[in-house]
Amino acid sequence: MATTTKKKMVQWDPADVKAELLSKYPPKVARKRAKQIMINEALENETPQISANVRTTPGIITMRGCTYAGCKGVIMGPTRDIVNLVHGPIGCSFYAWLTRRNQTDAGDDGANFMNYCFSTDMQDSDIIFGGEKKLKQAIQEAYDLFHPKSIAVFATCPVGLIGDDIHTVSKQMKEKFGDCNVYAFSCEGYKGVSQSAGHHIANNQVFRHIVGENDEVKPGKYKINLLGEYNIGGDGFEIDRIFKKCGITNIATFSGNSTYDQFASAHTADLNAVMCHRSINYVADMLETKYGIPWIKVNFIGADSTAKSLRKIAQYFDDQELTAKVEEVIAEEMPEVEASRADVMPRTEGKTAMMFVGGSRAHHYQDLFNEMGMKTISAGYEFAHRDDYEGRQVLPTLKVDADSRNIEEIEVEADETRYSPRKTPEELQALEDAGLKFKHYDGLAPDMQNGTLIIDDLNQYEAEKLVELMKPDIFCAGIKEKFSIQKLGVPMKQLHSYDSGGPYAGFKGAINFYNEIDRLVNSRVWSYMKAPWQENPQLSATYGWE
Amino acid sequence: MRKVAIYGKGGIGKSTTTQNTVAGLVELGRKVMVVGCDPKADSTRLLLGGLAQKSVLDTLREEGEDVELEDIRKQGYGGTWCVESGGPEPGVGCAGRGIITSINMLESLGAYEESEELDYAFYDVLGDVVCGGFAMPIRDGKAEEIYIVVSGEMMAMYAANNISKGIMKFAQSGSVRLGGLICNSRAVDNEQEMIEEFAKKLGTQMIYFVPRDNDVQRAEINRKTVIEWKPEVPQADKYRGLAKAIDANDKFVIPTPLEIEELEQLLMNYGLMQAA
Repeated sequence: MATTTKKKMVQWDPADVKAELLSKYPPKVARKRAKQIMINEALENETPQISANVRTTPGIITMRGCTYAGCKGVIMGPTRDIVNLVHGPIGCSFYAWLTRRNQTDAGDDGANFMNYCFSTDMQDSDIIFGGEKKLKQAIQEAYDLFHPKSIAVFATCPVGLIGDDIHTVSKQMKEKFGDCNVYAFSCEGYKGVSQSAGHHIANNQVFRHIVGENDEVKPGKYKINLLGEYNIGGDGFEIDRIFKKCGITNIATFSGNSTYDQFASAHTADLNAVMCHRSINYVADMLETKYGIPWIKVNFIGADSTAKSLRKIAQYFDDQELTAKVEEVIAEEMPEVEASRADVMPRTEGKTAMMFVGGSRAHHYQDLFNEMGMKTISAGYEFAHRDDYEGRQVLPTLKVDADSRNIEEIEVEADETRYSPRKTPEELQALEDAGLKFKHYDGLAPDMQNGTLIIDDLNQYEAEKLVELMKPDIFCAGIKEKFSIQKLGVPMKQLHSYDSGGPYAGFKGAINFYNEIDRLVNSRVWSYMKAPWQENPQLSATYGWE
Repeated sequence: MRKVAIYGKGGIGKSTTTQNTVAGLVELGRKVMVVGCDPKADSTRLLLGGLAQKSVLDTLREEGEDVELEDIRKQGYGGTWCVESGGPEPGVGCAGRGIITSINMLESLGAYEESEELDYAFYDVLGDVVCGGFAMPIRDGKAEEIYIVVSGEMMAMYAANNISKGIMKFAQSGSVRLGGLICNSRAVDNEQEMIEEFAKKLGTQMIYFVPRDNDVQRAEINRKTVIEWKPEVPQADKYRGLAKAIDANDKFVIPTPLEIEELEQLLMNYGLMQAA
């Protein structure tokens, strides 16, 4: 029986949604996208395979950013006392400046360059005759004005095309100054398939040029590094508050509100706690190989997750004093969190969310939504790799393609004098047996419910289609998606920059988040989205092709 | 005004042929401007009697935006206007972008205006079509007719075929056409026949065969075109002939570049004839 009425998606079937998303694509594009849209089966370690970290088909309005955005914007941008100098036309610098709302606190030393936008402001003649001289001048000028400990130089697309040798220039200036570490990042925007390539490039250079430069051992009983925390909306401040309360010393944060010296002495910590697996796991691996510091995956997004992560750190140090202190802090912080949760729960329970952001955030924030009784019905990353979806056990099977080969892999060996395993193999094994997993990340898929949709590299068309079909109560992504989603009458929360909110990490952050989401999903403003003439038109017509 | 660009393999004699031909056009009473599109800035040496030209890009760099037409063009042999685009030293910057900038500069300063009463603008472009910038003269109607300087040597023909591919690409969206091949002889066997056949396959003509003659080098040592140096030598007549052929040319085509196999077969056919 032929019927013209479309199937109503009241009880949507994920296979139908997937088919609907793909139906408008040409066959070749549909085939490629089909591999990036996965109906989750939530089988631990046996999740179906998803295609990730592959090029976006030209013509698709992707949510992704560029390699430069990943290197300058994400990893190096949040540092406070390194002058981040962009070699390129002014727009690349201006639009990568402060947009992620990374907060900084100038601290006792007072060094904070976050509020300056440094650029060589390349002009036509610099493109034609080469920009090396101008770069040298700019480095000199930054040095003369601020006397920073360090200057980082970032390549934009034209620099790669005309072949300015930014590494040699940086080296010459470093030698000239003597008291200022200058190094460069070949993070031209066109390299790689997304910002992920930029993270890798940043990791490599930070490890090569900064980590290990300061051997001074800082005081502290339980010393850790926090990797992949960018202090957006003050997340890092809240996490540091909790660490301090627990007696945990944070040697270096990569890279929220970080300093040059933090990076330089990161090798003196005894544990690496990795938040954003995607952007920073390279540094964690290298710190382990070269200096013998193990790493564990943590997540401070969500109050329960924060408690869990603190317990993991305490378990690692295996010290009665720390364990007791951590439990005390959790017991002290949780009542306020639980009161707030109980307050919002009647209004948020049963609501649905979608999240397409980052290479870890779409995973971490599900914990917060779970705590409010909200279900994530579809999620995905912009720039993650397969291991971020399916878990690190797939690493040996990842295909190396021309794009990944394009990004340098640096070979790291155990440091001759400074390599010192923090735990013996037996101790590590005992901890593993007790449930503390090292170098381990299960990925997003096992934590999502059966039948949910996991979509890599979502684009504008699919986002709007998904919202139309599945009608989530809230949609989380970035600024590029914000207004097109809001126009569909669905509240939108930016999880790159937090709009104007935050912090959302830790205990206090969880309370902020509960209240913010409660406010968004229960606002009546979205029911007023239609203008009066859309509801009751005075005139109506159809297009010729309809 | 006819807008002509000369392309060809590096070292094939584009600049020499262009300037000697321009001298021939001058004798015919034509008003010509030559724009050198080579960072070496040596495309107008014979017309100016030496490397005395200050390039557009050097001027732009030193004087800023405040540039007059008279700062960047210089009058040479027979009243020809000579311009050198110039560019960065080897190994730095982007020479292609430089050419785009200088041609735009010339346009905005009115070098091509009717009031200049030009009959011809010649672009002398370096080497092969290496990047977007060097294709500038054949884009957007900057040049409308192209002549490729070629010889019977394989690499020269290979380059000519590649340049034809570039022309074909831009011809489909613009007004640029191939006017013919200029054979600048290297005295290889069956050269004239082979280039005639090659031109036919490209859908064009061999517009002129310039024989090899050491008078060209002698004139160059004297920083002059052959016509200016010794108007009576036979080679001067050859360049007059080329100038007339171009002046009278009305055969402008979209080329049909050859497949590599086809090109190699052509070379083999004519090479084997010599062996037999």
